[in-house]
Amino acid sequence: MTAFFTVRNVFVAVLVVFLLALPVYTGLSGNSFLLTLFTRIIILAIAATSLNLIMGFGGMVSFGHAAYLGVGGYVVGILAYEGVSSGFLQWPLAIAISALFALIIGALSLRTRGVYFIMITLAFAQMIYYVGVSLNRYGADDGLTIQRRSQFAGLLDLSNRVVFYYVCLVLLLGTIYLVWRLINSRFGLVIRGARSNDRRMRSIGFPTFRYRLACFVIAGAMCGLAGALLANFTNFISPAMMHWTRSGDLIVMVVLGGMGSVFGPAIGAVALLVLEETLPLMIARLGYPLFGDLAVRAAEYWQIILGPLLLAVVLFARGGIYSLLPRGGRD
Amino acid sequence: MLLFIEQCLNGLQVGLLLFLLAAGLTLVFGIMDLVNLAHGSLYMLGAYFAATFAALTDSFLLGILLGLGATLVVGMAVEVVALRRLYGRDHLDHVLGTFGLILFFNELVRMIWGPAGMNLTLPSWLNRSIEILPGVPYSAYRFSIIVVALVVAFLLYVLVMRTRIGMLIRAGASNREMVGALGINIRLLYTLVFGLGAALAGLAGIMQAPILTAQIGMGENILILAFVVIIIGGIGSIRGALVASIFVGLVDTVGRAFLPDLLKLFLSPAAASTAGPALSSMLIYVLMAIVLVVRPEGLFPAARR
Amino acid sequence: MRTKWLAIAAISALAASPAMGQTKPIKIGFISTFSGPTAVIGNDMRNSFDLALDHLGRKMGGAPVEVIYEDDQQKPEVGVQKTQKLIESDKVDFIVGYIWSNVLLASLKPAVDSKTFLITSNAGPSQLAGELCSPYVFSTSWQNDQTPQAMGLHMNQKGVKTAFLIGPNYAAGKDMLAGVASTFKGQVVGQELTKWPDQLDFSAELSKARAAKPDAIFVFYPGAAGVQFLNQYAQMGLKGQIPLYTAFTIDETTLPRQKELALGVPGAQEWVNDLPNEQNKKFVADYKAKHKTGPSFYGAQSYDAVNLINSAVVAVKGDTSKKEEMRKEMEKANFKSVRGNFKYGPNHMPIQNFYLQDVVKQGDDFVLKTVATIVENSQDRFHDKCPMK
Repeated sequence: MTAFFTVRNVFVAVLVVFLLALPVYTGLSGNSFLLTLFTRIIILAIAATSLNLIMGFGGMVSFGHAAYLGVGGYVVGILAYEGVSSGFLQWPLAIAISALFALIIGALSLRTRGVYFIMITLAFAQMIYYVGVSLNRYGADDGLTIQRRSQFAGLLDLSNRVVFYYVCLVLLLGTIYLVWRLINSRFGLVIRGARSNDRRMRSIGFPTFRYRLACFVIAGAMCGLAGALLANFTNFISPAMMHWTRSGDLIVMVVLGGMGSVFGPAIGAVALLVLEETLPLMIARLGYPLFGDLAVRAAEYWQIILGPLLLAVVLFARGGIYSLLPRGGRD
Repeated sequence: MLLFIEQCLNGLQVGLLLFLLAAGLTLVFGIMDLVNLAHGSLYMLGAYFAATFAALTDSFLLGILLGLGATLVVGMAVEVVALRRLYGRDHLDHVLGTFGLILFFNELVRMIWGPAGMNLTLPSWLNRSIEILPGVPYSAYRFSIIVVALVVAFLLYVLVMRTRIGMLIRAGASNREMVGALGINIRLLYTLVFGLGAALAGLAGIMQAPILTAQIGMGENILILAFVVIIIGGIGSIRGALVASIFVGLVDTVGRAFLPDLLKLFLSPAAASTAGPALSSMLIYVLMAIVLVVRPEGLFPAARR
Repeated sequence: MRTKWLAIAAISALAASPAMGQTKPIKIGFISTFSGPTAVIGNDMRNSFDLALDHLGRKMGGAPVEVIYEDDQQKPEVGVQKTQKLIESDKVDFIVGYIWSNVLLASLKPAVDSKTFLITSNAGPSQLAGELCSPYVFSTSWQNDQTPQAMGLHMNQKGVKTAFLIGPNYAAGKDMLAGVASTFKGQVVGQELTKWPDQLDFSAELSKARAAKPDAIFVFYPGAAGVQFLNQYAQMGLKGQIPLYTAFTIDETTLPRQKELALGVPGAQEWVNDLPNEQNKKFVADYKAKHKTGPSFYGAQSYDAVNLINSAVVAVKGDTSKKEEMRKEMEKANFKSVRGNFKYGPNHMPIQNFYLQDVVKQGDDFVLKTVATIVENSQDRFHDKCPMK
């Protein structure tokens, strides 16, 4: 990279600094809701980053990625319900079991391509969803409350909101770093090569299936960790975590933020969720003096902008927000 | 035994309703290679339009006809304005773009009709039970759904197999470029095919409305099933859609009806009632996964790519 | 989903706050369903809640009252998020509402952990009356089992020997069927729990019920599902063949659509619109004057919730930090309930009468009328499991 202080890099740096400093601001202003909001954003950003690994770089569009959120969350929830509240057991198990699910699903699904791959990952996610619905002991459709967050033997008190926030933030930065290293390694080159021309890669001698499967498993494991965090965050698990519409939300975040760029999904998560929370209030507040009650009514329907916005991004700004930021210099 | 027959009839009705939805989807996917998630939105609009027109004109039949017409118009308009630009692009682009349309339509319906949903009440001549087999009383309305769906299936068959347009449709499903090269107005053909698909979706929504009521987001639930059906049946094949949808409908209904009883042998009633429907729903996805792994083109593949 | 009420409340709070220097407003969060087919219930509750506040002059103990309405979309995961938001962001003093038992159960922990008073004006899961009871949670409705228990007693009185039970498969549905089975002395020949809230097609379950040939069918389907159930019950030719006994399936929100299908279908309820006490007459009359239709039991319960909260706020003269005093005051049930007879058990669940209601035709309209009192001073059967004595 020749130019370091490009708009793009500055933007990312500002965002990271903002995220690091947020708890200080909320502590001083007493606005704990902002902290809660951004904790949720960060957790979903981890999930989106893991999806980007396979979707953006690997070209594997999975419409069932939310299943791993569910698997990770359910591992934590079930263990907590059965009396195992130690995070040292829950979290590695959540990651491992998610990886196992990803292994099985990937082994079967990666034999297909294109829309068939989309559909088969969707099918597996729905299967896991329905397993969740059928678990009567763990609340089935109604869900299960987790009484205590994961315990780390006094080292970390996750019930402290600030501590939990920083744990999630560190894990997000770690995930992004891991993805960056993977992509820029030999492994990543094979993955990206397989995306643009699988046949050629195989003819050179790379067993692309194995590489893609490994990539799929890593992504599933990362998302399982996000699921464990999500279960801790809401103190609640339910099959709704793995519904296919949640997978759709993750895809939207990745595409909106910038598919195929390491920070893109995080940007997308921030953009989407901040939009969701603030746009209606902003429309109401700003429009009220001018349009009165009409502005308040209009604010209710803000989502009507999101649909066409997504379509516009697909048609005109394929690289998402990240690509709209000027790069500068040679790249 | 009679109960079993009744449940099979229920399954047949569910399957045929699914067929109406899947037929449009498979046509559009097969001819234009367009993955249209907003198909479910057209299904929802059909129900809302019919409920609105039936309330305005005080006539059930008139409400249905006008509702169909309105859905057809909206479908073609959406194709011309938005979907046209997606042809030839990556499937992911289709998924994302039409997902955006789903969000848009859900909000639009909420704006126009409010959040609570609408009822489509049946006229008294449909709102009773008839005895189709001795000892098997069945809802007259559900029977009419079966009849209508079979008639539509027959008409579609005639259209696709015996008319010129149908020939163009089949040709387009096999080899799109060639049809264009032969000088056919592809754009018009596409718009008409999409309109046909929209009308079928709208009809499915309208027929469903008296039972399930018109609600926001009603399309999403059934859309997944429709995709499962066309994958199993084979993309672009209406015959495949018919077979697969009846099959899926039977598995789902008979499974929901009898699986809990089977499970009650070793689970508590509440657990059996939770696990039963969940397992039978899972079964459908298991079937689709098997088909995808073993025979990805589906049972009756139409296109040769 | 934000509702416009949230925005109005937020804006008026922003606009009003500089002027309101003296008394701290009483903030109440109201969680119900305002979207989807059951929005009509949420609206009824909101209208009644609002009417009660109007009757109080929109002040409690001299302090102005602010209400923030939130939509749970009938989903537990949304309900718990909205509850957290009301507690953390809006810092409410009371949370009221909750139509659905599963939403309530999911939302309990944030409220109890933060020691925020939660008044349920509908949902009454058995766990709440038992092991999950909390000093901060009160009910102005009932415990789920109580109403079907009353219906079970009535079915005994009518000489029903065999019954088939149908209900939705979520916390409340399971409670309802268990409640009927606990008092019904006859034999339960079959039980079906359906997928909730998606499944509105009951053909499979009705077929099974018919095949079992019971003396009667008991059913629990709140909201739009109740409309669809009665429709399909009639369509299958069962009306007139097998009598139907209900709980929470026929009420003022569903009756306009059920119409003649609801004639001759009795239900059990702790409140009917014609209960002969002063506050109820005023409530029903003013509601009808404002909204043209009559209120439902959902609304009556929400109306009572306002007066319960008011009794507590008045007792501490508007100082909502005095939680112990407020709790003690609320335990006395020191307010005039629209159902007349009302007091609390040690688990903060109501001890009240249950009535038999039926539908009659009055001119062109269908209305609910009290037929008889089924049981007096009924207490829920889970209070022993609650640690509070």
